[in-house]
Amino acid sequence: MKLAMPGRTVRVKGEARVMVHRSRYIGVCILLFCGLFLPGRVAAQAWFTSGTGLGVEKPRVAVADFAPRADNAKSHSQLFTQVVRDDLQFSGILDLVSPSFYPTQAPTVPSELRNLDWTTPQINANLVAFGNLTESTSEVVISAWAYDVRSSSNQAVVGKVYRGTPTDAQVRKFAHQFADEIISRLSGGLPGIASTQIAFVSSRTGTKEIWVMDYDGANQHPLTSLHTISLTPRWSPDASRIAFTCFEAGPTRVVSPQICMYSVDANKVVSFPRFRGSNSAPAWSPDGSQIMFSSSMGGNPELYDVDANGSRPKRLTYFNAASTSPTWNPKTGQSVVFVSDRGGIPKLYMMNADGTNTGELELPDKGYLIDPAWSPNGQMVAFSWRRPDGNFDIYIMEPTSRDIRQITRDSGKNERPSWAPDGRHIVFESTRNGQRQIWTMLADGSQAHQLTMNGHNESPNWSPK
Amino acid sequence: MTVVSRPLYRALLVAGLVATVFTAGCKKKPVPANPPHEAAPAPAPAQPTVTLSADPTSISKGDSSTLSWTSTNATQLTIAPEVGTVTAEGTTKVTPSDSTTYTITASGPGGSANATTRVTVSAPTPPVEPAPSADVDSLFTKEVQDAYFDFNKADIRPDARAALAKTADFLRNYPQIRVTIEGHCDERGSTEYNLALGDRRAGAVKQYLVSLGLSADRISTVSFGKEKPFCTQSNEACWQQNRRGHFVRAQ
Repeated sequence: MKLAMPGRTVRVKGEARVMVHRSRYIGVCILLFCGLFLPGRVAAQAWFTSGTGLGVEKPRVAVADFAPRADNAKSHSQLFTQVVRDDLQFSGILDLVSPSFYPTQAPTVPSELRNLDWTTPQINANLVAFGNLTESTSEVVISAWAYDVRSSSNQAVVGKVYRGTPTDAQVRKFAHQFADEIISRLSGGLPGIASTQIAFVSSRTGTKEIWVMDYDGANQHPLTSLHTISLTPRWSPDASRIAFTCFEAGPTRVVSPQICMYSVDANKVVSFPRFRGSNSAPAWSPDGSQIMFSSSMGGNPELYDVDANGSRPKRLTYFNAASTSPTWNPKTGQSVVFVSDRGGIPKLYMMNADGTNTGELELPDKGYLIDPAWSPNGQMVAFSWRRPDGNFDIYIMEPTSRDIRQITRDSGKNERPSWAPDGRHIVFESTRNGQRQIWTMLADGSQAHQLTMNGHNESPNWSPK
Repeated sequence: MTVVSRPLYRALLVAGLVATVFTAGCKKKPVPANPPHEAAPAPAPAQPTVTLSADPTSISKGDSSTLSWTSTNATQLTIAPEVGTVTAEGTTKVTPSDSTTYTITASGPGGSANATTRVTVSAPTPPVEPAPSADVDSLFTKEVQDAYFDFNKADIRPDARAALAKTADFLRNYPQIRVTIEGHCDERGSTEYNLALGDRRAGAVKQYLVSLGLSADRISTVSFGKEKPFCTQSNEACWQQNRRGHFVRAQ
C-alpha cells in the first residue's frame, strides 16, 4: 500500500483542508481503480500506518476468566485476568472481545475449549486465552494458553506455565509476559511492551528525583534520592543504565547541571565525569557506545558527544545559540534531530551524527518546537509544537517527506513524547487533568491512559525493552 | 638562646654608646677632595636622569595601573612605595588601594635624581575599611541588581544594562566578593530548552560584566532553567520575574 501524496501544504495545514483534499482524492481513486484501495482516511495516512502498524484490520481476542483451583487463588486469578486484558486492550493491534458476551462456562484447560462457543456472531473471536491458577503459601502456578479458534489444528498458539512467589507484583509480571507472548504472535514476532518500564521525574517527595514504573503505571518507585534536582532520564539501549541531568556541587562548590548515570544492575548512581559549565539532556547512540548532550563547557550551550564512560568529549555544533534535546535515529545511528534557537525561537534541526550537514526541519507554520523523539523504526519523529494560535500539542513527522500528523488536540499542554519499543505507543506529559502528569496513548492519539496521579510528574522515557 | 643578666646588659649598652661616640669623633678628621696619587682631574661623573609615568593615571579600586620608567647614568633605581629596587628601565603593574604618588629615585656616581607620578584611585561610595560580613551581605542584596530578559531571549536589554552597571560598581568596590550568576527561565517550553536558554542568559550577564572591566575569574555561572522559579503563577508578570540572571554571593 504505497501511495504517492500530492500537495504537501494540504496535508499539514489542519484537518479541514485535509478533508477537502481527501474527498477530491477519493474521487480520482474510484475513477481509476474502482475502489481497490482502502478507504480514503487510511490512504491519506499510509506513511503513518506503515510506520506504526496502527489502522490495519485487527484480530479479535477473548480472554476467559482464569480459573482458581482453590479459593486461596481467587484474587490472583482475577488480577492475572485483568492485567492480561488491559495489556491486550492497550496493545493497539487487536480488538478485545467484551467479556459480557463470553460463554458462562470458561475453559480452564485445552480439553475444555469448544471452538464453536467462541465463533458465534456476537463473540466472533479469532483467538481465545484461558487457563488456571493454583497457589500455596510459597508458590503460585499459572497455566495459560491461547488457541486459534478458527483453525482446525489443536496446537496451542501460546502454552505457558509460570511459577513464582505468590505476590501481586509477581502475578502482574507473569500476566505481562503472557500478554507479550500473544501480542508477539499476532504482530509477526515484534516484541510486546507489557514488560517494559517508564522512567520519569517526580517531585512527590519534595525534590525532583528519577522514578520508574511499569508501563501501565503500576509499581511506581524512586531510583534516586539525591535531594537536589534530577531531570531528563534516558534509558541506555540495553536498558542497563539511565543517563540523566543532575545538579551537583563541584570542587569549587559551585553547583552546576551535570550528566549523571544510574546503573540498573548496581541499583545506584555510579560515577560519571564532570564537565565545565552547564550540562544537560543526555541521549544515547543506538549502539550504546556514545552519549550526546548539551554543554556549555566551551562557553555556549552546544551539542557534544562523549564515549559512554564520559571520556573524549567532542564538540559537534557551532551555532552561538541554545542547542539541546538531541535524539539519535535509532535505526541508522547516522542522523540526529535536535532543538536550537539559532533562528530566534526553538525549532527542530537535523544533522549527521558527526555534526556535519545541518538543516532545519522546516514546517509550514510558525511556532515553538521542542522535544523531538525518533520512533524505534527510524521512520518518524514525534515532537511538541506550540503553533501561533494553539497550545503545546504532540505531532508526528516523517522527516523524509515532512508529512505531519497532529496526535493530541484541545486537551491541555501535551509535551515530551517518548516512543515505546513497539513503535505503536507514546508516553508523554499532559496537563489535561490540571496538574502535569504522565500519560500513555497509542501513536494515533487514541486510548490515552493517565499513569501518575500524585504530585508533579514529568519527562517520561520508555525503556527500550 | 643566650640569657644576659640585667647588670651585664647595662654594661654592654654603656660600652656600645662609648664606642659610637668614639667612632663619630674619628669622622671629624679632614679628608682630601682628591686622592693625592691622581695626576690629572678626571671629568665629573654624569648626573643620573630618570622618568616615571603611569598608565592609566586614574583607576577604579581593585583595578591596576602600569608604571613605566627609563633612566640614564644610574647604578641604583628604587620605586617607592612598595615596588622596591628595579632595573634601569622597565614596567610593572601596581594595584594601589588608595590614590598614591610613586617616586623613583635614581642614584649613581654622579649623584641622584627623582621623578614622581600619581595614580588616582576613584573613591568608593561605601567606606573603604571592610565592613562586617553581615553588612556586606545586606549591601549585596541592596546594590546588586539582577538582569531581566525577554521571552526566549538571552540579549541584554537596556534596563538590564543599567542594572548591571550598578552591580558592576558594587563589585568593583568589593573586589574580594565572588559571584555566581544563575540563569532562570519562565515555565513555558521544555525542561531541556530552558536549561540551555538559562545557560545563555547567565553567560550573557557574565560577558556584559566582563565588558565593564570585571575579572571573569570572579564570576561563575549556572543554569537552573525553569527549575527554581521566583514565582509560580501562569501570567506575564510572574513569567517576567522568572526570566532573569540572578546574582548570588559565592564563597
